[in-house]
Amino acid sequence: MRITQHPILEYDRRKEVRFTFNGKQMNAFEGESIAAALHANGVMTLSHSLRYDRPRGFFCGIGKCSSCFMTVNHIPNIRTCIVPVQQQMTVTEQEKLGKIPCTPFIPKKKENITREIVVVGGGPAGMCAALAAAEQGASVLLIDENNAPGGQLVKQTHKFFGSTEEKAGTRGIDIAKELLNGLKNKKTIELRTSTTVIGYYENEHMHRVIAVRRLIQGDQLLEISCKKMIVACGAMENLLAFPGNDLPGVYGAGGVQTLMNVYGVKPGDTVVMVGAGNVGLIVSYQLLQARVNVDRVVEAMPRIGGYQVHAAKLRRCGVPICTSSTIKEAFGKNHVEGAIVTKVDDCFQPIPGTEETIPCDTICLAVGLTPSIRILEQAKVRSEYIPEAGGTVALHNPFLETTKNGLYVAGDASGIEEASTAMIEGELAGVSAAISLGYNKNGSEVQQKCKNALQLFRSGPFGRIPKICKEKISSCLACEEGGTQY
Amino acid sequence: MTEKTFICRCEDLTKQEIEQAIDEGYTTLEELKCKLRLGMGPCQGRGCLLLTRRILCQKQGKKPTEINIPTTRPPEIPVSLGTLASEQP
Repeated sequence: MRITQHPILEYDRRKEVRFTFNGKQMNAFEGESIAAALHANGVMTLSHSLRYDRPRGFFCGIGKCSSCFMTVNHIPNIRTCIVPVQQQMTVTEQEKLGKIPCTPFIPKKKENITREIVVVGGGPAGMCAALAAAEQGASVLLIDENNAPGGQLVKQTHKFFGSTEEKAGTRGIDIAKELLNGLKNKKTIELRTSTTVIGYYENEHMHRVIAVRRLIQGDQLLEISCKKMIVACGAMENLLAFPGNDLPGVYGAGGVQTLMNVYGVKPGDTVVMVGAGNVGLIVSYQLLQARVNVDRVVEAMPRIGGYQVHAAKLRRCGVPICTSSTIKEAFGKNHVEGAIVTKVDDCFQPIPGTEETIPCDTICLAVGLTPSIRILEQAKVRSEYIPEAGGTVALHNPFLETTKNGLYVAGDASGIEEASTAMIEGELAGVSAAISLGYNKNGSEVQQKCKNALQLFRSGPFGRIPKICKEKISSCLACEEGGTQY
Repeated sequence: MTEKTFICRCEDLTKQEIEQAIDEGYTTLEELKCKLRLGMGPCQGRGCLLLTRRILCQKQGKKPTEINIPTTRPPEIPVSLGTLASEQP
């Protein structure tokens, strides 16, 4: 299942590690997640469901769902999709909820951290926010849940659009490297990976969050206080309800990207892609790059949602994009063996007699994203459901500050958009947070530059929806300031 | 045979079970949570609450804005009690 040849990516497979799964010896490469290593070894079922005892496999690939929980080194409920595999690790499928180990608990010391600015999330927005704030002179702590920062950038093999200043013509993976180098060269930025913020707690004049740092033996608790906080934790993928939607082999598009482009593991041999937005189109093309067959792309809407450039690339490779079509059912015994797709009418209802059975081993869901605002909700910022944003978003002013003083939001968390605009928003939020602390080398100029760049992006045809989204946010904010409260 | 449609992967709840509960009169996400443990699993309702909101909209002709999402509370990810009880530095 490992990808041996890729036109763009090279996988680091210098160091081999050995681990056991249910007592069986298996090989992996250093840096792979446990779930990716198991997938490469042909293990598709990672757990069984609580009530119906259904097999469950790899699904989201970014530690958001619970399908990959396993017992690792006798500790239950480990999210194997984000924990790296290690030499001599023992991985076992757990009996439902898992058993608490008999070995005594080793108490660890909590760590207290105080920093001027804390950025939560090390994707394109978060990295740019940290860099911009540090550039003005502020000291920054950047936290990311994954083992390496970069967010979704590290999975993008295509070249970006836009102006050269916003890194157009550069591949996402290379932008991630460039930003990471920038972070490492800044002494005033501290980067903490494998660290997840688990809760927001108010403090009189400070923002205070509790985070957990994953360590090989047990986790460490961190209490972090800061004057300004920038939340850039991106988005989560939407799910779709159809019979058989929990079978191993039904994956989120992000999970598929992670498997292929980060770990070099093929998700399967034949894929049916659900959704022809940009994510669906781009991931389909990436599957072809990894030499995986894409049978077709189905899209419930009557037209393709993503850019024509991406659709044309797929069509040139002979992949049909079927509009007004959707998945009706997935079937298979312990894994996807096929999909039934159907045509839908104007009201998205299946048209009887149009069903088609497609043999495939993977169904990939790319049916939209919802902004991740859980931390902001805990901070009780004002939020509003805005369809153009992809869901409920925190209201924010043009400098990305939410309704809570000193709490900023940037990137997909502030409304689903592009990596390019996430980077600009991050920069704007970072520089604005620094200015509010009194650091201002050329801050006002940077703010203006960012605002102009965002306006330019959103004035084109691709920026139509984000433009409506941001306009709605500012009009909601204006209503709020008029004194309406609920 | 048609497979089951799963709405909540953590608590293993099917679409049929959720629709049945709605028909019985549990018509808000908060009530469905109390009745079925919807969204109370380790992922804290990241997928199921939005899917169930859609079912509620369809069944009751409501708009998404009319349906309240339950309050978000810490912890965001599974944390062992031992970690939460760490000693002060």
